Amino acid sequence: MADTTPRAEAVPRARLSPRKRQRISRGIQYAVFAAAVAAVGFGADWASLAEYFADLDVAKEAFPELITVALKNTVIYTLSAYVVGFVLGLVVALMRLSSVAVYRGVALVYIEVFRGLPALVVFLIFGFGLPVAFPGLEFPFEQYGTVAVALGLVAAAYMAETFRAGIQAVPNGQLEAARSLGMPQTRAMVSIIIPQALRVVIPPLTNELILLFKDSSLVFVLGVTSLTTELSKFGGDLAAEHADSTPLVLAGAAYLVITVPLGYVVRRLEAKQRKAR
Amino acid sequence: MSTVSPAAPAVEIVGLRKSFGDLLVLKGIDATVEPGEVVCVIGPSGSGKSTLLRCVNLLEQPDDGKVIVNGVELTDPDVDIDAARRRVGMVFQQFNLFPHLTVLDNLTIAQRKVLRRGKAEADAVAFENLEKVGVADKARVFPAKLSGGQQQRVAIARALSMNPQVMLFDEPTSALDPELVGDVLGVMRKLADEGMTMLVVTHEMQFAREVADKVLFMDGGVVVEEGPAAQVISDPRHERTKTFLRRVLDPTHQDPT
Repeated sequence: MADTTPRAEAVPRARLSPRKRQRISRGIQYAVFAAAVAAVGFGADWASLAEYFADLDVAKEAFPELITVALKNTVIYTLSAYVVGFVLGLVVALMRLSSVAVYRGVALVYIEVFRGLPALVVFLIFGFGLPVAFPGLEFPFEQYGTVAVALGLVAAAYMAETFRAGIQAVPNGQLEAARSLGMPQTRAMVSIIIPQALRVVIPPLTNELILLFKDSSLVFVLGVTSLTTELSKFGGDLAAEHADSTPLVLAGAAYLVITVPLGYVVRRLEAKQRKAR
Repeated sequence: MSTVSPAAPAVEIVGLRKSFGDLLVLKGIDATVEPGEVVCVIGPSGSGKSTLLRCVNLLEQPDDGKVIVNGVELTDPDVDIDAARRRVGMVFQQFNLFPHLTVLDNLTIAQRKVLRRGKAEADAVAFENLEKVGVADKARVFPAKLSGGQQQRVAIARALSMNPQVMLFDEPTSALDPELVGDVLGVMRKLADEGMTMLVVTHEMQFAREVADKVLFMDGGVVVEEGPAAQVISDPRHERTKTFLRRVLDPTHQDPT
């Protein structure tokens, strides 16, 4: 009991401060990453990779058709289907919100069916089912028309749900204000509600465009000619011909040239909307 | 201004009943607003006063009773409700300006699309009304750039641009910062002085006392008391009116229990 000096408060001294521990943890993560990169770098057979995925001679053969035919057709298929899907999707969304029960029912069945079916099945029905059932049936613009309708029907189901969400995101007070100014329901929808809903759905609809770009590759099941071919089919055919994957790499790059900037646009639009809110 | 026979009330409400599900919100309301009159409806929240106002232009469909505006029965199932609403301006608590349109377009869109006015005429009417509410300099900007007080004054100008015969105000200052309330009340007072027929749901007792010709006190879905503004607010007869006004006018006062 002779110890009269005040005892130091027993602060447990951690051997490492949290800051040091964090630094070590981060160092380990960098080390793991570097090791993985090294493993790939030394382990891969760069010679055969270069030969089968980046063969310049094969690559030369892909041009200019890769751009002038394949990419062009992919863009045409995608945009035409997008237009069909946009218009039809808006109509289905309005039917889904209609006060007429029959329209609501039809819209719901449509959405469930075309959202549930693989796009491939829809293409097969359009490519083989319909021509067999209705021998005289022809879509305008031949192949292009068939693709626009088949892919557009699928896109419309997704877009209808997006439009519906957008319309329902517009506050009810907007409709009340429009109606209290004497606007009939239809006029209020056209002039007040839908313009605001469209702003909300631009980012998700741009995502839908990206998805359609990829789905347009399904056109191959309809059987395409050298004039109506698109990126995937074009790359695949050329790759098979040379037993070399370089054309597929080029076709893939062509998709990314379109979709990566679109993804960037979507992120910008979303950030802008977050700020406006 | 179309001519209304002097005897006909601007708004006549007879035996109005409205329920939401099982909740009976209006239990038989009778009220009239004479042309040129300003009537304020006061009462605690949940008393049904906003519902009553929204029944007057049929934003809510009454279950029973009649609403007659300028001689047209709006509760008639075959009435042209859009035509009737053109003559009834409505101002909302949350302003409800159209955010995708400029202030000017907010004022002209219904004039153009509903009244079929030409652009020059619609613009002229719009500017005249923006001038009246003191925000003419904001005609080209979007509503989001305006303060709450400015937005509400634009909303008033938008309703006025349709040349309504009656104006309905649903707690027009309740969503405003306190220092902006005065601007909006000033515009409303000016309207009243010009002879506009107004039905106003409000918590602004000062405004009701000074501007209203008549005050209705509602509680529990019925009109408890009505009379000249000064009398109802300064010298209420009913116990419920007295309790409500004591709480509103003197919030720090503690009731002896």
